[in-house]
Amino acid sequence: MINIVDYEGGNLFSVIKAFEFLGVNPAVITRPEEYEGGKIVIPGVGDFGDAMRALNERNFPAFLHEKAEEGALLLGICVGVQILFSSSEEAPGVDGLSFFQPSVKRFSPGGKIPHMGWNNLTIHKSHPLLKNVADNSYVYFAHSYYIPNLNENFEMAHCEYSNSFTAIVNRENIYGVQFHPEKSQKTGMQILKNFIEL
Amino acid sequence: MKPLNLQIKTMLVKRIIPCLDVTGGRVVKGVKFIDLVDAGDPVEQARFYNSEGADELVFLDITASSDGREILQDMVRRVASTIHIPFTVGGGIRSVEDMREILRCGADKISINTSAIQTPDLISQGAQAFGRQCIVVAIDARRKGESWDIYTHGGRKAVNMDAVEWAKKVVELGAGELLITSMDSDGTQAGFDNELLARISENVSVPVIASGGAGNVQHFIDAVKIGKSDAVLAASLFHFRQLTIQEIKEAFAENEIPVRLPY
Repeated sequence: MINIVDYEGGNLFSVIKAFEFLGVNPAVITRPEEYEGGKIVIPGVGDFGDAMRALNERNFPAFLHEKAEEGALLLGICVGVQILFSSSEEAPGVDGLSFFQPSVKRFSPGGKIPHMGWNNLTIHKSHPLLKNVADNSYVYFAHSYYIPNLNENFEMAHCEYSNSFTAIVNRENIYGVQFHPEKSQKTGMQILKNFIEL
Repeated sequence: MKPLNLQIKTMLVKRIIPCLDVTGGRVVKGVKFIDLVDAGDPVEQARFYNSEGADELVFLDITASSDGREILQDMVRRVASTIHIPFTVGGGIRSVEDMREILRCGADKISINTSAIQTPDLISQGAQAFGRQCIVVAIDARRKGESWDIYTHGGRKAVNMDAVEWAKKVVELGAGELLITSMDSDGTQAGFDNELLARISENVSVPVIASGGAGNVQHFIDAVKIGKSDAVLAASLFHFRQLTIQEIKEAFAENEIPVRLPY
């Protein structure tokens, strides 16, 4: 079962439709009590602070920690991956879920911000999440803040815009992608399919 | 033919965006194509352009009557159910609530034009609610001497305001992207107004989409190289099959413009 966390995060419909396209009917959960087991997807569009506030109002943080601890597979998308980190320059003083320690940073002015459009992945290691995804595949990004490069154990792929940043993170059962797989055509569908099959 | 330069590593590509004008849930200019079951169906066209390698789509509701909201929402839902590339919806969006409805139906971005001029706060409210990457401000500009004035209502009504100054202002307010249409070039197929595009692109920190005037492949190259645009948009050129997305992409690659190939 795929569960999609609904915290009024904007791109919910597209994420639901992407999973339906892949032949699964995801459950949309607006409260932890609605969860009946399975994988958990945290979609996201918008602001780190707003996302955390919305998750806190619905008591999701403790629930997500508990399920992660029990081994449920988590996938964060866009802001949904950023909130897996401890904090963000987008919302100083707001605590993230802290599955990963570093702080999310803002792209330095100079280049155009947001980093918006198709950019390619440099893949570091083979992993079932990236089965049939070629190195340099294009995926769709739309973000102004980025996850800095991580310890190689946690960084599955990176991308470059004005600087190098982490595009796919993974630690044990916790996964996250900075881009929008639900909007990344064949490559994105392949990654979601792989997540379903993990 | 030279081999295509596909070796550019980790580089944000220049996007190629077909624009579909819709009214009452139907496309106004249909693709001249026999293999489409229903050429007036925006979903059929979206699927077609998706298969052709479009990087993104824009839907503009050109009549945008208030009783057409549900039809538009239904169209957005059907498009989002069918294709998996980003798309923008514009036309008649006047409030944050209007934006929310369209985004919840599966659109990625909202384009506002007249309503941004009438209520500039709508830009900041939208950016605050959904993130600035969701808010596209469309600017229709017409040359006046050495500068450009902006127009509303599909280019029919003049507003006594400088286009470059307005562009800077909307970015300050929270626009995440600008869709710049030259009213002088639009429909001429004589090329984009690259001077206008470059002037705006150099003065703002967000991506700029070039619109109005595309007639051949060189025009697209010029919009990127001279007009410094981040994306190029065209409507009838694609609808009437004068040029395919693939042809533009190949020309971009040959000119060392980063492009999503293969897609």
